[in-house]
Amino acid sequence: MKIAVCVKRVPDTETKVRIGQDGKHIDEAGVQWVLNPYDEIALEQALKIKEAQGAGEVVVVSLGPPATTEPVIRKALAMGADRAVYLKEIMADRDMFSTAKVLAEALKSENPDIIFFGRQAVDDDSCEIGPMVAQILGLPCVTDVNKFKLEDRKVTVHKEIESGEEVIEVNLPACFTCQKGLVEPRLPTLKGIMAAKKKPLTEKSVAATEPLLTILKMEYPPVRPPGRKIGEGKEAAFTLVEVLHTEVKII
Amino acid sequence: MAKDVLIFAEQREGKFRHASFEAVSEGKRCAQKVGTNAIALVVGKDISESAKELGKYGADRIIAADSEIFASYNSESYARAVVNAVKVIAPQILILTASSMGRDLAPNVGAKLEVPVASDCIKLDIIDGKLQALRPVYAGKVRIRVAFAKEPNIVTLRPKLFEATEVAGHNVQVEKLQPAIEPQDLKATLKEVVKSVGAKLDLTEADIIVSGGRGMKAAENFKVIEELAQVVGGVVGASRAAVDAGWRPHHDQVGQTGKTVSPTLYIACGISGAIQHLAGMSSSKCIVAINRDPDAPIFQVADYGIVGDLFEVVPTLAQELKKAISR
Repeated sequence: MKIAVCVKRVPDTETKVRIGQDGKHIDEAGVQWVLNPYDEIALEQALKIKEAQGAGEVVVVSLGPPATTEPVIRKALAMGADRAVYLKEIMADRDMFSTAKVLAEALKSENPDIIFFGRQAVDDDSCEIGPMVAQILGLPCVTDVNKFKLEDRKVTVHKEIESGEEVIEVNLPACFTCQKGLVEPRLPTLKGIMAAKKKPLTEKSVAATEPLLTILKMEYPPVRPPGRKIGEGKEAAFTLVEVLHTEVKII
Repeated sequence: MAKDVLIFAEQREGKFRHASFEAVSEGKRCAQKVGTNAIALVVGKDISESAKELGKYGADRIIAADSEIFASYNSESYARAVVNAVKVIAPQILILTASSMGRDLAPNVGAKLEVPVASDCIKLDIIDGKLQALRPVYAGKVRIRVAFAKEPNIVTLRPKLFEATEVAGHNVQVEKLQPAIEPQDLKATLKEVVKSVGAKLDLTEADIIVSGGRGMKAAENFKVIEELAQVVGGVVGASRAAVDAGWRPHHDQVGQTGKTVSPTLYIACGISGAIQHLAGMSSSKCIVAINRDPDAPIFQVADYGIVGDLFEVVPTLAQELKKAISR
């Protein structure tokens, strides 16, 4: 079974984001780039399937600018992916649909049985790429998967919704976007890191296009008034009740 | 006449989500600024009657794709219904909710129409007749203002931020839209819906959230904040530390790699306030923090901070609030 996993490099979630000089993008100085946390979950699920079957191939596919993307691909290989397709990005503001088209194009020639995505990339927080790629390829896609069971060519998944979970059945080939809680991603081992250096990485250049969504401006959220301490210990609970009643008027 | 604004009004089992009313009202506001109509679209089974309710929130026209095949949500069937409506109406703007359903549906529709989606928007503006949307990125650490190059301009709206406004004397007829799909076109099948225990309100829809963090020390200690949540009619949330420790399920997690929430009142108990957590809750209207460490970053954003042991403060708070509410 061939499994593809789409991965993206994103700023570490610890990053204190600063707006860059152009006023439209973040200042990348000092940013530590990591493998998107949801994509790690997607990759872990792919590796688990391959290990359970004792055969197959896990291919990671990533679109992103040079320098910061390659280390993240190497990490995915170190975790256990067999090889990688690197789609070298040259434009800054590729829109979601265009990104999905580029990924779909690369995935089409791979013709995988399963394509995994993270439910969202923690930079643009769009949650769009998985379903869009699936649509372009004419495959079904289940989003926000937190349980995954494969039997022959039939997959049963749990999808997180507001008031609970949906249990959905789908036959392969199919796409899935992975939610936290599905599996716990492994850390790369030293052996894995060494092996990753020799694993095949195919590089392809991607042409620029005119974006369909244009960023006009990036801004900070409104600043909250500075915090105020109203007291210490359980006596302060009395003060708080008073305040919630008179100032916040919530009770 | 300018092109219309189409709003997908989400329902499950015939019941509209409040965010659907918010979306219809915001669609109406956009339509008024453009000088056109707000058209609500409902997809479901036996929903033609309940769809009339959308007139109350400003829909000028209501279209219902009412069929057995739409009895439960399916990405493909619903996406085809929406695309079908887009072909009939040819709207300038298509609005959906940034709910579980809306965030699944919008990119499916977008891909079929070959346009991207501006997801989880917190503000829409019409400038010179054109839509601009404001949306948080990096978990809300910053926001971007975006413009659209191709129609329809598809947006999903974050729940609880847009006002659902009732309009007087609205009686709108429901028009039928043919389903553009056959059962054999569907590749994924819904087998069952597992409701979460207690079927509580989702964190993203809650007015009051009481969250616990590392300071809770153990899963069983969450009963302290469950009691407080019950007194104030709130929902229990958790920090990533509490979820990673296995004390709470992931769907309770607030913050980056969890949920972004904007309740009226957010009570953080034993949460230090890591940057990822602050990103997910700092748009709450009022923040209360209870923490032993006076230097915890959570106190920088808390409107009301209490330095102290949560196991002493929270039960007292619950008890006193109970008294105050019953007065």
